[in-house]
Amino acid sequence: MQDMAADTSRPSILRRAFGHPLAWPLLALALLLVANCVFNPGFLALEWRDGRLYGNLVDIANRAAPLILVSLGMTLVIAVRGLDISVGAVLAIAATVAAWTITRMTAGGATGLGPLFAAIAAALAAATLCGLWNGLLVVKVGMQPIIATLILMVAGRGVAQLVSDGQILTIYYAPYAFLGGGFLLGLPFALFVVAAVFVVLKLLLDRTALGLFVRAIGHNPLAAHVAGVRARAITLSLYVFSGFCAGLAGLLVSSNVASADANNAGQLLELDAILAVALGGSALTGGRFSLAGSLVGALIIQALTTTIYAIGVPPQVNLVVKALLVLAVLLLQTPEFRARLRALVTRPLRGGA
Amino acid sequence: MSAIPLRVMLRSAGLSRLWRDPRLVSLAVTILLFIGMSVAGGVLYDGFLRPQVFLNLFIDNGFLLVVAVGMTFVILTGGIDLSVGAVVAFSTVLLASLVQRHGWHPLPAIAVVLAVGTVFGALMGTLIQRYRMQPFVVTLAGMFLARGAATLVSVESIGITHPFHVGIAGMRIPLGGGASLSASAVVALLVVLAGVLLAGRTSFGRAVYAIGGNETSARLMGLPVDRVLVKVYALSGFCSALAGVLYTFYMLSGYSLHASGLELDAIAAVVIGGTLLAGGAGSVWGTMFGVLVLGLIQTLIVFDGTLSSWWTKIAIGVLLLAFCLLQRLLVRTSAAGGGGHG
Repeated sequence: MQDMAADTSRPSILRRAFGHPLAWPLLALALLLVANCVFNPGFLALEWRDGRLYGNLVDIANRAAPLILVSLGMTLVIAVRGLDISVGAVLAIAATVAAWTITRMTAGGATGLGPLFAAIAAALAAATLCGLWNGLLVVKVGMQPIIATLILMVAGRGVAQLVSDGQILTIYYAPYAFLGGGFLLGLPFALFVVAAVFVVLKLLLDRTALGLFVRAIGHNPLAAHVAGVRARAITLSLYVFSGFCAGLAGLLVSSNVASADANNAGQLLELDAILAVALGGSALTGGRFSLAGSLVGALIIQALTTTIYAIGVPPQVNLVVKALLVLAVLLLQTPEFRARLRALVTRPLRGGA
Repeated sequence: MSAIPLRVMLRSAGLSRLWRDPRLVSLAVTILLFIGMSVAGGVLYDGFLRPQVFLNLFIDNGFLLVVAVGMTFVILTGGIDLSVGAVVAFSTVLLASLVQRHGWHPLPAIAVVLAVGTVFGALMGTLIQRYRMQPFVVTLAGMFLARGAATLVSVESIGITHPFHVGIAGMRIPLGGGASLSASAVVALLVVLAGVLLAGRTSFGRAVYAIGGNETSARLMGLPVDRVLVKVYALSGFCSALAGVLYTFYMLSGYSLHASGLELDAIAAVVIGGTLLAGGAGSVWGTMFGVLVLGLIQTLIVFDGTLSSWWTKIAIGVLLLAFCLLQRLLVRTSAAGGGGHG
């Protein structure tokens, strides 16, 4: 008994660590970063210059910020058995609305911070409205989520182009650049936005019954409804939240490049967001979700992109790698494939023993 | 899960029967919409109601028609294929690369492209069927993969100058009165015809409808559900590859950014054509009218000349919404009134 306990004490810690849902995504992220160190020994170095923190890690986190925001919204929508493929279009709408507001207000002679706050408010309002539209179609009309959001995905880019009159709107207004390019306490401001959304969400889901309700709806919407969970109201609000997140991401993106491109902003973003959610260990069938996992998933995607650029592989490989990655992760999630894999692993072992 | 609606429509003489069947109502609305839009175009713009304008719908949307036929079968089983646009793009690049850079004759190159597309679809179908993965996720990954593979073959656009290819692209089949069809449009129409026969006259088609109606029931009936599911995605892959070939005749180039957003147009065409997104009901004829309606929107906007191109996207979005709402309404009323009729 005693030596058995001594034997298993080490593996049990390991096993518990690997049993944690975040273990595999974090391991993947760590492996990617280590792989980068092999090609570039100074990769992980951080440098404090002019009161700001510089380095590849900060850069990856900063670039991943819009995707993280969108993935957080997507995680919750997927958790209640939904899907939001309109996030890219909503991002474009938010970006163009912000750019349009600023252009209008600065042309009207407004100075100071007025246009900045007006743009933020207008963009977030537009994005939230888009989310509300999706939510109403899914909850009130009863459409399949993929089709309900497909409508906005198609029409949304048209609406964005309508707002921008088919042009790429360039923003000549310095304060706006702070959102996506500014620094606060030595760190990019975008990271604070992400942190704020993440912490608020985490508190809401873990400290109130909301997290439980979301899981209940995802596992069995009917049972949740019967048990008295306001499934429809919660689902609706999660779509609204997804729109809001896409709007925030639109602000960051348009501020970062000081322009809004109705046609190409957020192109293929919906795919990256779904990939981030899947990589983070959330079940795409709903119920089980992990916000931290999606955050790590988005970081993995950005780290992967950075790696591919860094090691000099042609960037177009990126798409293929992402596709194979998502297929591999999804295959590992399916019980059928796991059973087959287990059979493959255990059979030779038994033969050897 | 009965036979093709056209046959049912011919058999049932009265309108009363028509109004009771949600599938036919949806199709009837689409056809009426098409006629109404044509008449409106004729009233508003000079020279709109010429035969060539309508034949151009087939010439300009031939590839979309072919993709949409494949998509119809996928949606009939209750699935979805988001990879079609990417497979079209990959097919154009592969074909152009084989012909221009490796000196192949277009005919064997086309055969290779069709085979690759079919195998790609079959692989996705296998993942969906064997590992119970959601179709939208698998085909989403397929979309990444095909676009990525297209850029791996060539980042730049490759123009096709092979005389055989250019010859077919320029070929026009006269239909009298100065009107003509392109070879691609004829191929697209043949695909529609084949699709109609496949859906209505074969055991494969019946199994597709049965799976969309209720997969468990279909399995219990002894239908080869697994094989049919794989075949449906293989068919969609084949249609996408064929559409890619038609696209090269249309554009005379292969480019990884070709046909972006085509999957959305195809899904919209299928839905507007009256196929239920939940699967089990719909028709290839309807899909053809769906494509024609989409093409007509584009034509109207071109004829108008003052409307910007983004109005096309908004109009398609609004139409898609309207038809989805119509479907919900029809399914609800038929479920409330018809009881067991499915």
